[in-house]
Amino acid sequence: MTHAEWPLYEVFIRSKQGLAHRHVGSLHAADDQMALENARDAYTRRNEGCSIWVVQSCHLVASQPEDREAFFDPSDDKIYRHPTFYTIPDGIKNM
Amino acid sequence: MKTMTDAKITYVLRQGDTPLILAQRLCGWCGHAPELEIDLALANIGLDLLGQARNFLGYAAQLAGPGYSEDRLAFGRDEREFRNLLLAEQPNGGFNDTLVRQFLLDAYHVLLHRELSHSKDSQLAAIAAKSLKEADYHLRFSRGWMIRLGDGNEISHQKIQRSLNDLWRFTAELFHADAIELELAELGIAVDPRQLQAPWQELVNSTLQQATLALPNEHAFRHGGKQGQHSEHLGLMLAEMQFLQRAYPNCNW
Repeated sequence: MTHAEWPLYEVFIRSKQGLAHRHVGSLHAADDQMALENARDAYTRRNEGCSIWVVQSCHLVASQPEDREAFFDPSDDKIYRHPTFYTIPDGIKNM
Repeated sequence: MKTMTDAKITYVLRQGDTPLILAQRLCGWCGHAPELEIDLALANIGLDLLGQARNFLGYAAQLAGPGYSEDRLAFGRDEREFRNLLLAEQPNGGFNDTLVRQFLLDAYHVLLHRELSHSKDSQLAAIAAKSLKEADYHLRFSRGWMIRLGDGNEISHQKIQRSLNDLWRFTAELFHADAIELELAELGIAVDPRQLQAPWQELVNSTLQQATLALPNEHAFRHGGKQGQHSEHLGLMLAEMQFLQRAYPNCNW
């Protein structure tokens, strides 16, 4: 019998209402439903989240390391794009 | 009044010992499960059950009075004083055996906690309500795997069917009521386990059907665990589980 590896899934957790889902890691599962349950077991045991997304890793489109210069270097010297001239009130969290 | 308290302590111990023993069994999988993700899931379920056991045993200790504690109850009692269901103490075997044991008990616990959460004893009701959410998830896991493996390939189907046939005889005890349970059920404190049999059977039937498994032919007949008469497996397990507290009483870290 051959041991077929389960497909890889990426896991995204939203830690609380109003925040965005964040990538927290990956896991193996035989299908989507199992991936969701495995994610629940592996990544939310310590009260980390209120919502989970899982997606098969092969469905993610990723930028390539060799494109790094063209993609990211041009933004190096555009400090006017950083809103650093505002003061943020103390009460604002998660900025 | 004394006997009434004694009956209640026994009943609470029964509710606590089954998850305690099952938790110990499940944690035996730690590092050995077929997949890393299953390893985590089994340990998680085990820890949920340990939490439930602590709640019940803590309550039993409180009813028993000064000198008792959840630790003393868990690590200081002998085999004959344990009140868990026989099914819970059956060896882990392969993942198929563990899974079937888990499914049969999860289905039972969901129904039990749902009823017990209406107990007139507010402490029992609160523990059951909390445990119910966990049991719901456990059943989701074990039922899903029953269907996946039962309706999987030829080998997985055979293995699950064999485990089901092996463990079936222990399911009689789940619905076996003795005087203690009947008396407390009369008072609205306990759940009369006989009333759980029909819905349990229905849940099991529908799962087996989806899993293309057959209901075992063998008659379910074993009971006695709730009265302290255990199968040969519990003693060995307790020897390991209780070793530290027996060798170094009250040791702490």
